[in-house]
Amino acid sequence: MKRVIGFAAVALALSCGSVQAQWSDGVIKIGVMNDMSGTYADLSGPGSVLAARMAVEDFGAEKKGMKVEILGADHQNKPDVGSNVVRTWIDVDKVDVIVDVPTSSVALAVNEIVREKNKVFLISGAAASNLTGDKCSPNTVHWTYDTWSLANGTGNAIVKTGGKNWFFLTADYAFGHALERDTAAVVEKNGGKVVGKVRHPFPGTDFSSFLLQAQASKAQIIGLANAGSDTINSIKQASEFGIVKGGQNLAALLAFITDVHALGLPTAQGLIMTEAWYWDLNDNNREFAKKFAPQNKGVHPTMVHAGVYSAVMHYLKALEALKSDADGKAVVEKMKSIPTEDKLFGKGEIRADGRHIHPMYLFEVKKPAESKGAWDYYKLRATIPANEAFRPLKDGGCPLVKS
Amino acid sequence: MIEIFGIPSQALFGQLLLGLINGSFYALLSLGLAVIFGLLNIINFTHGAQYMMGAFAAFFLLNYLGLNYWLALIVAPAIVAATGAIIERLFLRHLYHLDHLYGLLLTFGLALIIQGLFRNQFGSSGIPYPIPEALRGGQNLGFMFLPNYRAWVIVLSLTVCIATWFVIERTRLGAYLRAATENPTLVRAFGINVPRMITLTYAFGVGLAALAGVMAAPIYSVNPLMGADLIIVVFAVVVIGGMGSIMGAIVTGFMLGIVEGLTKVFFPEASNTVIFVIMVIVLLIRPAGLFGRTA
Repeated sequence: MKRVIGFAAVALALSCGSVQAQWSDGVIKIGVMNDMSGTYADLSGPGSVLAARMAVEDFGAEKKGMKVEILGADHQNKPDVGSNVVRTWIDVDKVDVIVDVPTSSVALAVNEIVREKNKVFLISGAAASNLTGDKCSPNTVHWTYDTWSLANGTGNAIVKTGGKNWFFLTADYAFGHALERDTAAVVEKNGGKVVGKVRHPFPGTDFSSFLLQAQASKAQIIGLANAGSDTINSIKQASEFGIVKGGQNLAALLAFITDVHALGLPTAQGLIMTEAWYWDLNDNNREFAKKFAPQNKGVHPTMVHAGVYSAVMHYLKALEALKSDADGKAVVEKMKSIPTEDKLFGKGEIRADGRHIHPMYLFEVKKPAESKGAWDYYKLRATIPANEAFRPLKDGGCPLVKS
Repeated sequence: MIEIFGIPSQALFGQLLLGLINGSFYALLSLGLAVIFGLLNIINFTHGAQYMMGAFAAFFLLNYLGLNYWLALIVAPAIVAATGAIIERLFLRHLYHLDHLYGLLLTFGLALIIQGLFRNQFGSSGIPYPIPEALRGGQNLGFMFLPNYRAWVIVLSLTVCIATWFVIERTRLGAYLRAATENPTLVRAFGINVPRMITLTYAFGVGLAALAGVMAAPIYSVNPLMGADLIIVVFAVVVIGGMGSIMGAIVTGFMLGIVEGLTKVFFPEASNTVIFVIMVIVLLIRPAGLFGRTA
């Protein structure tokens, strides 16, 4: 069952016909593919389509004579479904750029198709750092965050405050494995030890059995290398089984503000997490959230949504400079050659391996008394400067990087 | 410490107990399915959605009417059962004389619609529901920390399962019900309102699903997709137990909970497929299921 949702296309009418010729088939088609209905739907989902649309509007594509159309589709977190959608999009619908694609297993599959078809792939939702490492592609830009940056942020902070013995609760697919691997490396580099791990099927519902195994390991820190409702249920059930009261601590290695919202502050308070973007960090972000939330059922933008906005904005800038969207590799090269700048991610750059570089932030979830209401959830603990936030270029093993 | 297959025996007891807790949800849900299939011959694919509606009903009752968990345990299933009765009157009634497949398609469609509506309204991350005050905390059993709430889940589920089995297999009312499925015309000749009895039976089965939903709300977040994740496993449980067998559904539910729990220790990656492997084996050896009667 392939559910391709034909989202209301944002057809921005073209005033001047003669400019049209520079775009392949006369229109720039952006395909936003993610989990529209499952466990990752709130943190990406329809909100990412909205973010892409806002980027196109704010860029002023219409005034600049660029006709842009946005499509949305549900990959159901399945690589085969995602691959089929992307092939149809590129071959039949003439889509020029694929955006978002959370769920690393799907993103890795799409990465290869986009490279083969020479289109552009802008990743916001997926996490596996392999996408700019051994699997890097001249057609791919990895925008928002990755497993290395999460491990570097949260893992570092916890090991340095004394959490030396770790047990991993890992989602059994590409993303979980990558996050576990990158975090274990950080832990061991800082003199910590991994005492055990268990890999749970994705998506899961009941984590009590795995949590009990984590408890028996006597590790100080239980690292949750999962995401979305898996993380929510793990944290909830850990509190039920008295794991934190028993002296062990949880590290949510990837958590989004929508997860904190679903957990509620009484359960989530005190969690430490690394994010690339938070809506209440500055005026620009607040203004974006104020515009975004009412159109997204009140759900505030996550870093994935912000990343989609920012990535699409930069893509359009590159097209404007290049005056063509036909050659995906050339477009990505252009994106790498101009510095990035927009209101949500500020100034940054895209490295040769496709990694977008910007600061990351270490947040702590507020206590219920500190919060002014729904969505006021984070306290900033530390800012990780852009040059330290991501894996050094030489360590990734990306063949595009010439040594 | 004694070790069994490299796992300390104490840890193993803990896992067995957890399996039993998950088994209580399987048992309660598959019991509702078995009642509906056994007495109405309808394969109720809406069951997962109705389980989810039970959890949401508990959430609404708490947040909009201030009714606590204990009242929700009674009121929420009643509300969802009432919607079940409406579904039976409006739709299912017209399908009894047709092939099973039509009932399956209808209820599957309804499940998709209901889940879609809830997801559209509440997103997919879920909403928190607190554990009732009286059941917070837990007991240290020596080999594991057992949250009070989970102990309550086992007790309540076992009670409801046994009571249901008793009513259907051992009382006069149950005898009427079973007779009505065998030969509705004859039973009607005795002056019993068979259509109403069937409506109530469907509503009861749906109520069981909703009850499981209320019980699940404090453990898992109240989530529009919570039923979709579970329903396929529960169907496997019913098939393994034997379609329509009440005792089969109960025993198999608890048993598979334990098997799944053990898989989570010895081969965690396979824990979501082990039930289907068992289903295949059982179907090969006993096509009617473990407790099913061959027609």
